[in-house]
Amino acid sequence: MILILAATATGVAAVIVLTALGNGARQFVVNQFSSMGSNLVIALPGRNETTGGPPPMFGSTPRDLTLNDALALKSAAGVARLSPVVIGTGPVSRGSMSRDTPIVGTTAELQRIRDLEVAQGKFLPAGDPRRAVAVALLGHTLKQEIFGDAVAVGEWIRIQDRRFRVIGVLQEQGNSFDLDWNEIVVVPVATAQQLFNTQTIFRVLMTQREGSDLPELKQELHRIIAQRHDGEDDITILSQDSLMKTFDKVFNALTMALAAIAGVSLIVAGILIMNVMLVSVSQRTGEVGLLKALGATKRQILLLFLNEALLLSLGGAIVGLLLGITGSALVRQLYPTIPAYAPEWAIFGGVSIALSSGLLFGWLPARRAAELDPVIALMGSK
Amino acid sequence: MIELTDISRHFTMGDQTVRALDQINLTINPGEYISLMGPSGSGKSTLLNLIGLLDTASSGRYLFDRQDTTDMTDHKLAELRGRHIGFVFQSFHLIPRLSAADNVMMPMTLAGIDIAQRRERVTKLLQRFGIADRADHRPSELSGGQRQRVAIARAMVMQPSLILADEPTGNLDQRSGKEVVEQLEALNRDGITLIVVTHDDDLGQRAQRQIKLVDGQIVSDSGASEPMGIDHLLA
Ligand SMILES: Nc1ncnc2c1ncn2[C@@H]1O[C@H](COP(=O)(O)OP(=O)(O)OP(=O)(O)O)[C@@H](O)[C@H]1O
Ligand SMILES: [Mg+2]
Repeated sequence: MILILAATATGVAAVIVLTALGNGARQFVVNQFSSMGSNLVIALPGRNETTGGPPPMFGSTPRDLTLNDALALKSAAGVARLSPVVIGTGPVSRGSMSRDTPIVGTTAELQRIRDLEVAQGKFLPAGDPRRAVAVALLGHTLKQEIFGDAVAVGEWIRIQDRRFRVIGVLQEQGNSFDLDWNEIVVVPVATAQQLFNTQTIFRVLMTQREGSDLPELKQELHRIIAQRHDGEDDITILSQDSLMKTFDKVFNALTMALAAIAGVSLIVAGILIMNVMLVSVSQRTGEVGLLKALGATKRQILLLFLNEALLLSLGGAIVGLLLGITGSALVRQLYPTIPAYAPEWAIFGGVSIALSSGLLFGWLPARRAAELDPVIALMGSK
Repeated sequence: MIELTDISRHFTMGDQTVRALDQINLTINPGEYISLMGPSGSGKSTLLNLIGLLDTASSGRYLFDRQDTTDMTDHKLAELRGRHIGFVFQSFHLIPRLSAADNVMMPMTLAGIDIAQRRERVTKLLQRFGIADRADHRPSELSGGQRQRVAIARAMVMQPSLILADEPTGNLDQRSGKEVVEQLEALNRDGITLIVVTHDDDLGQRAQRQIKLVDGQIVSDSGASEPMGIDHLLA
């Protein structure tokens, strides 16, 4: 009895909590993407190979996406803003204090692309991105660690063995899923390339001009690179909607898989129901025989036992529903950034699978009871 | 009312066949009080179960209320049992989870009678059988005699025309056994046909008509059924 209730309840609760988690994770990622701005387009070096097969024999050497390549993308009609980004880590120090910090090399336009607010001083100066100026902005936390409450703007710091003048401090930033902007140093892109001794650009962030066509823009970007790379259009272009679609697919699949796993536990609960009901039928043969003597039809006996199976699974489903909803609420309480709400289909699905497995697996014992020979049933229980 | 013609009931167990009833011919008229006696294994219960439509014959013809029961559906048989026949068993067969009142009510519940009418009839019957103050008690809280009275009330609740009692006093002491028998006889005086299976000669002698079974055959039948039938028609 209790076992059945517990098994069914666990199954239903599992369906709800697991799908809530899957759904929450998906929503979390979607939210992060939307916070990036819906018109963001990202170019990264290397072709996104979607088809398999061996690499071609000639002309396959991957080319760097250079700063000039990145800047050339600006000529595409659909690009409103563009900012190349180089990312690495290195020691940032002042006096005897030193710590390893993520270093972002970029240009003035990033401020508008990522909506970065400056608390003190200024963001990177506009001007030729190819000039390696030794200036730096500090993330909020990093500034506190190096300078405490003292004024940082105008002071000097060291990145690796080069001196940089601090020109600004970023405002404290909320959570962002790509980088912790509170912990970083921002320098001009060309300077970062020198620091990391690289020609390559890590990412090119662009915003799409309003009213322009996204597929057209993507085509144009590919064409520009192909032109500059002797016909090889070896960049990958991501846009928010394509990323989101991919993530959506992955997370939906994940949610379904979790639901399926939890659903299996409901089948197990159904089998438990069947066994307990079979025992109950054999314990109550006398009662069944009596009911038949009192005029009960086969149908009535069948319905009686099906009702019991249904009640058991309904009880389990209700307990499970409450547990599942409380469980997801608990998850939301513990991880406020994850909106762990079970999708409606999972709630209805969980409950209805519980009920139908109760009916399905209750059928056999109920059938057995209905078919009992009343004389033998009455005799057996004397 | 009840007419058995060449009724046989065989049980096959492995390669052995038991002839529990062998070519029984029997007519029972409305309002009769019959005792069914005979040694153990002679087929008394088997005959009673057949008459009660709980079992079906291997061969022969059984008319219940002028209707041939041979080819009746399970559903029809259940309906006839529920509406026209009341059973009283040696071991009471009360449902342990239910109160006395709910046990008595059960046949009406199965027949789909509305709750107000159910309550009214149950209250009346419990009063008639002197167990009104035990209405809410479970069977385990009742004495054997009280349990059998609950069972008789239950057998009566659908106002049947026939009561079948298989050793109704078998599990009772002499005094409560006597009370139970008197109550069954009172029902018979009200016009209900009563068939009692018993091992007890004294009890058997109380019936107007005594039938004795040996090895599945009727070896003696005190009652001339024809005159009684005419009596009844004249009455
Ligand atoms: N379901 C069954 N399967 C096989 N044999 C059965 C079955 N029911 C009854 N019998 C046999 O039929 C015969 C008559 O049985 P029945 O129960 O009618 O006897 P009885 O006269 O009621 O005996 P008792 O006085 O002991 O109750 C017995 O030999 C019994 O073993
Ligand atoms: Mg018997």
